Amino acid sequence: MNRLSWFNVTSLTLGFAFLYLPMVILVVYSFNESKLVTVWAGFSTKWYGELLGNEAFLDAAWVTLKVAVLSSTLATVLGTMAAYVLVRGGRFLGRTVFSGMIYAPLVMPEVITGLSLLLLFIGIGLDRGVLTIVLAHTTFAMCYVSVVVSSRLLTFDRSLEEAALDLGCTGFEAFRLVTLPIIAPAVISGWLLAFTLSLDDLVIASFTAGPSATTLPIKIFSAVRLGVSPEINALSTLMIAVVTIGVISASLVSKRNSLRQQRDEQAAARA
Amino acid sequence: MPESVFAPWDDPSEEPLIRFRNVTKQFGDFTAIDDLTLDIFEREFFALLGPSGCGKTTMMRMLAGFETPTSGVIELAGQDIAPVPPNKRAVNMMFQSYALFPHLSVYENIAFGLRRGNMPKHDIDDRVAEMLKLTRLEKFARRKPHQISGGQRQRVALARSLAKAPKLLLLDEPLGALDAKLRQATQFELMDIQEKTGTTFVIVTHDQEEAMTVASRVAVMDEGRIMQVATPEHIYEAPESVYVADFIGDVNIIRGTATPLGEQRYSISHSADAPPLVAVSERPFATDQTCHLAIRPEKVSIHAERPDGADNAVQGTVLDIAYLGNISTYHVALPDGQVIKAQTANTRRVSRRSFTWEDTVWLSWTATAGVLLAQ
Amino acid sequence: MQRLILIAVPYAWLLALFLVPFLIVFKISLSDVELAIPPYTPTLSDGLIQFFQALDFENFAFLASDDLYWKAYLSSLQIALISTLLTLLVGYPMAYGMARAPEEWRPTLMMLVILPFWTSFLIRVYAWMGILSQEGFLNQFLLWTGLIGEPLTILNTTTAVYIGIVYTYLPFMILPIFAALDRLDGSLIEAAEDLGCSRFQAFWLVTIPLSRNGIVAGSFLVFIPALGEFVIPSLLGGSGTLMIGKVLWEEFFNNRDWPVASAVAVILLLILIIPIVLFQRNQQKQAEAEQ
Repeated sequence: MNRLSWFNVTSLTLGFAFLYLPMVILVVYSFNESKLVTVWAGFSTKWYGELLGNEAFLDAAWVTLKVAVLSSTLATVLGTMAAYVLVRGGRFLGRTVFSGMIYAPLVMPEVITGLSLLLLFIGIGLDRGVLTIVLAHTTFAMCYVSVVVSSRLLTFDRSLEEAALDLGCTGFEAFRLVTLPIIAPAVISGWLLAFTLSLDDLVIASFTAGPSATTLPIKIFSAVRLGVSPEINALSTLMIAVVTIGVISASLVSKRNSLRQQRDEQAAARA
Repeated sequence: MPESVFAPWDDPSEEPLIRFRNVTKQFGDFTAIDDLTLDIFEREFFALLGPSGCGKTTMMRMLAGFETPTSGVIELAGQDIAPVPPNKRAVNMMFQSYALFPHLSVYENIAFGLRRGNMPKHDIDDRVAEMLKLTRLEKFARRKPHQISGGQRQRVALARSLAKAPKLLLLDEPLGALDAKLRQATQFELMDIQEKTGTTFVIVTHDQEEAMTVASRVAVMDEGRIMQVATPEHIYEAPESVYVADFIGDVNIIRGTATPLGEQRYSISHSADAPPLVAVSERPFATDQTCHLAIRPEKVSIHAERPDGADNAVQGTVLDIAYLGNISTYHVALPDGQVIKAQTANTRRVSRRSFTWEDTVWLSWTATAGVLLAQ
Repeated sequence: MQRLILIAVPYAWLLALFLVPFLIVFKISLSDVELAIPPYTPTLSDGLIQFFQALDFENFAFLASDDLYWKAYLSSLQIALISTLLTLLVGYPMAYGMARAPEEWRPTLMMLVILPFWTSFLIRVYAWMGILSQEGFLNQFLLWTGLIGEPLTILNTTTAVYIGIVYTYLPFMILPIFAALDRLDGSLIEAAEDLGCSRFQAFWLVTIPLSRNGIVAGSFLVFIPALGEFVIPSLLGGSGTLMIGKVLWEEFFNNRDWPVASAVAVILLLILIIPIVLFQRNQQKQAEAEQ
């Protein structure tokens, strides 16, 4: 299957150009001197300076970070529990409703999720702020976490847990000492997914945020509605840089681990 | 009146169906096929036998058209086939994985190749029905490949590759995925179908028993070269090299130096403190030339006392006994450490077996039992 | 006991923050404006009574009568459908190229497809504003090549929305198709060629049918979120681009008409149920086939 034809090469080249060119342009023009974003007027980092001096953006970034850390941590705990219940819970009353509630938010349009949560918060008289955003983000992110974790649990060899129980663990000890360490990579990637989803979310946050708390996407959205601005380009570049460094270093770490494992296995085989 | 023996390779007037002439195939630095010349004749059931990586699959894929030789010529019925793409060759292949199309029924799989031509619809129906009958799959025509057993899948793959009535059918480890019992039954079925259709079959296998059972001729391959091409009997009884002798069946190899005794008889000294052995060889050996005496275990007999009048007799102790039901193989260690295997048929019950571990025994064989090899 | 807690905590959370809010949307979609605008204080006990008293379908009747909503639903469907097809046209050749690339490249290519998915959605949409605008990079480029004499208007049109959807949802299309093609046994293609197919015939008769599940899954993964999309039409589309997510947002934030917004949400959900159920079924069938 691996004979690349000129057609394959062309479609890959054009496809990846399509995926990456817009971001490359964004990054390059964030270093543009001119206020006019589409006209190159020389290299400058002044927009980064202005960005760092912009209190409103910094505040929003701080709120976003707080919300993301809190909600992704909560979502990881709840989502892992939910995954465990789904895969190992056996039968219980309302299981169908439960699994429905796990999968529904994944396909629910954000406008509907946001609207319904806002109506709830108003109904119970909860002031909108960091707390309401955290609650909202936790709810939809836990569903993503539970999907990631349950797919790992499904391939998990159950006899490992049974061995732990056989050797005298209680159910919780078996989970803590055997299951959790093994599914840890899935739990971590669930957390990362929840974290990025929260960082990224505009629509649900717009519904559930109050005047006291504005997140970065809301701030960016209201700014870009007015058009392209070099400050937003600079901000975007920073965000792209953080994600790229994060993803690449994560993949390098996992590659190094698997290489090390290979080497260890070879060494052990020789010994 | 005896039937004339099928042996076109001995008839110089016979034109081969396939002719490899000095074919070499390289993948980067790796030489898969090394200057190989070979003829295969019409109606032959030809086996390519060798360990994995010996180049047998590459040869098959060159015949099918999925690889082209780096140098040399492959002819099919006198035509150079290098420029012909796989879909235009009158050659079909049965894949090791069967490669049945999972989205098509058994019927559609068999009809797949026929539909590529301009065959009228009812002719296709007739031909598929014929193939289903040949492979006894009539009942499964509507099923999908994942709804039938492994043995049935194997037959679908065979039917599909035979449907276009190719001049040449290539079979890549066709029985590799079947269990031992089914494999034996299928071997005879394959021979039967080959005879009925009169198609030339080239089979690739690493299973020497399979090759010996089905093939009219066997080519033993190693590292891209053909070590020997001959009928199964010839390969077994008269291997031309230690490699071939060792690859086919069980064999004892005794290394020594030859001294001609005349009349094709040679004395072989193999150990300082044992008398030389005697062997007959058509292949000439010079004095003191290094030689290898290859003797099949079933040609070595085992005795409690030194047998009278044997050409060769050696003494040793029983090291191991492998009981295989119908036969037993005795591993006997000679004083110099060499282990010789001797096989006897178990015509008596085990409890009345004459030898056991640590017994001192005598092994003997005739001068013509072994084959004397130079390398 | 442990098991009970384990089940109860996530269950209660989802009930309180997913199902209940949902029922509230239903309720409000059936209420009058006065009742639904805060403070809709009558709490639970009165609320239930009032709920049944106030039950009416006025809001839905309103949606049916005003052709803005009809048009918005239809054009959402149309935009989602066309952009799904476009995404397939762009995504399939890429997935195919990836599957045929040498084995050691594939993880890198996969990462290159996934990487944009981790970057902010909003930023990825925003990036196109600078490209598609009147004086943007695309127009500059086309003018420079001399293909066009004067700048095209792309931003604030439906075309821009198509581009935005294809761009942001492309990974969703590529990944399932790549997964299907990657699993495809190469000897099937060789078998097809051996049996007389040309390259193209083998592709059409074997590769396409065997990647069907990936195509279907990818198409749903693009179609479903595209239907309720808000950010893309509001940043790249103009006033002429009607999409239901945008209508809902405007109904809620600009007109402050909560019951109508809720009714719009309910109908959007009803429309979505069909593709969601079909998608679920496709996934199930695939899972069964793999067993």
